[in-house]
Amino acid sequence: MIAFFIRRIGQAMIVMFVISLIAFSIQDNLGDPLRELVGQSVSEAERQVLRDEMGLNDPFLVQYWRFLKRAVKGDLGNSYFFKRPALEVILEKLPATVELVMGATLIILLFSIPIGVYCAINPRSWLTKLMMGTSIIGISIPVFLTAILLIYLFSIELGWFPSFGRGETTVLFGGWHTGLLTRDGLMHLILPSIALSSIMLPLFIRLIRSEMMEVLEQEYIRFAWAKGLTRKRIWFLHALKNTLLPVITVGGVQIGTMIAYTILTETVFQWPGMGFLFLEAVNRVDTPLIIAYLIVVGLIFVITNTLVDLIYGLVNPTVKLTGGAA
Amino acid sequence: MPILEIKNLEVRFPMRGGELIAIRDISFSIDRGERLGIVGESGAGKSVAAFAILRLIGRPGYISGGQILFEGNDLARLSPEQLRQFRGNQITMIFQDPMMTLNPVLTIGTQMIECLQTHRGMGRKQARKVAVEKLRRVAIPSPEARIDQYPHELSGGMRQRVVIAIALLTDPAIIIADEPTTALDVTIQAEIMELLLALCETHQVALILITHDLGVVSEITQRAIVMYAGRIVEEGPTRDIIERARHPYTHGLIDALPERTHPGQRLNQIPGSMPSLVDIPPGCAFHPRCEHVTDLCQTRVPGYTLLDHARVACHWVAAQEQS
Repeated sequence: MIAFFIRRIGQAMIVMFVISLIAFSIQDNLGDPLRELVGQSVSEAERQVLRDEMGLNDPFLVQYWRFLKRAVKGDLGNSYFFKRPALEVILEKLPATVELVMGATLIILLFSIPIGVYCAINPRSWLTKLMMGTSIIGISIPVFLTAILLIYLFSIELGWFPSFGRGETTVLFGGWHTGLLTRDGLMHLILPSIALSSIMLPLFIRLIRSEMMEVLEQEYIRFAWAKGLTRKRIWFLHALKNTLLPVITVGGVQIGTMIAYTILTETVFQWPGMGFLFLEAVNRVDTPLIIAYLIVVGLIFVITNTLVDLIYGLVNPTVKLTGGAA
Repeated sequence: MPILEIKNLEVRFPMRGGELIAIRDISFSIDRGERLGIVGESGAGKSVAAFAILRLIGRPGYISGGQILFEGNDLARLSPEQLRQFRGNQITMIFQDPMMTLNPVLTIGTQMIECLQTHRGMGRKQARKVAVEKLRRVAIPSPEARIDQYPHELSGGMRQRVVIAIALLTDPAIIIADEPTTALDVTIQAEIMELLLALCETHQVALILITHDLGVVSEITQRAIVMYAGRIVEEGPTRDIIERARHPYTHGLIDALPERTHPGQRLNQIPGSMPSLVDIPPGCAFHPRCEHVTDLCQTRVPGYTLLDHARVACHWVAAQEQS
């Protein structure tokens, strides 16, 4: 177990190094940070002086080395726009994004398993055909379009849910702003969560269905029938447990991917999270903030993947968590 | 008084462009405590026949005719819920490959206790005690520890012992064993077969043994059925079948045994191969490979010729008996 963690931390450091290198190397192609930083009135000569002072004219490797030295101390530089440490700005927005992803994950968990199992057990029912058809549509519609449609239907036409923002938030210990404790905050969370889950949910339904159909063909399921067990026990214990093993692996990675989708969802719903902040940072050529965002997201990815491997090891008795190549 | 009686059983598989008849006109019975072998080549329909008894044929196959009478109940016509009460209770099964039969993510104990909870309404503790007892019965060392292990922690032979223990849990009247040793090492095969035989004898359980191994049939069973292309071609006391088989196909099978040839000599074999079920030859299905073939064999399906304690579906045998 300890060996597993040491190996994982080693892997994580390599991954983070590669991410930082990529993030750092794209910054030159984003535009001139000085255009946003200083006004029109500043002359080109003054701009050059500023560039020299900020070290923007140094060779790439020199800049990167300087960045790396500070980054290991937790300093990812100051945001040009906010004039504050970039990491601090990002982490302030983290709770909003995490709660949005949690909302979407909850929706996916609540609906994908029962629907996927139903479709696997009743492959020929009209409801299954309907679900499979709808899921294809769900996968094909881009998130921003789903989001706009949701706003149009539920906010504008029906007026059930608010169309933008996070609503009322309360502060938890450690400065975590949560929208989960107020009715208003929860109402604001519903539409963005649905929009964010709109691609992953159909994907999960299809994944669970196909995995379960394969499991149902296995000899040990036939043996379970031969033992005279009830259908409920065969489907929801014998088959489902085997179905969920591969789903956990794929699913964990997908939940990481969902953080990327939050950029679109947060933009449409004006959700004050990291994704929204990232788009603003790109518009402002706020390179330290962009790099900080990429590194934080990379870190979240590494953490979720480690958690998934842990859970997988707990559920699958044939897997033991070791330091060796597994 | 037979405990299980199968009458004119027929199983079909719908296929593109027509239905495939996997087994037809299968009738046999088995008495309490009797051991019956069903032999034949792969594809003869012996496994289909075995699985059909508990209506466990894989989709899209279905029972298209006949009766499966167990203590007066026609298993072919029971509702799924009624049928479930017989499965794994009075009639249990042992599958071919112990590597595939046990659920990989559940402990041995879970997979045993659930049977007793389902069929006997036992509590966990009592069921566990019975399960440990049965594991001891199939000679699993330290069953109290093994019961909490997962299948992958056990060897193939041990797993098949566990499967046999599961089959014995509810003290069934019949065990159907579908090639229970085919997937095992040769050295373990004999051990498992001996164990099965001993358990059936001490518990007075009837055994339907599906196998392609005539040697196993002669050691274990009292009566044997030979199947060819979905039909029973010969049935009789095992010793008679081995020592004086009547049907030319059974003859061929026995001649093909390695013991029947001298060392260094080529093994005997039946010329040709079994027809696919899609195009079974008209008349007797065996006629293209038979050395006694006549015109009659090519046109008419032979009926059964009844002999003492035996029956044979062969025109040639029928002609011999008449003369």
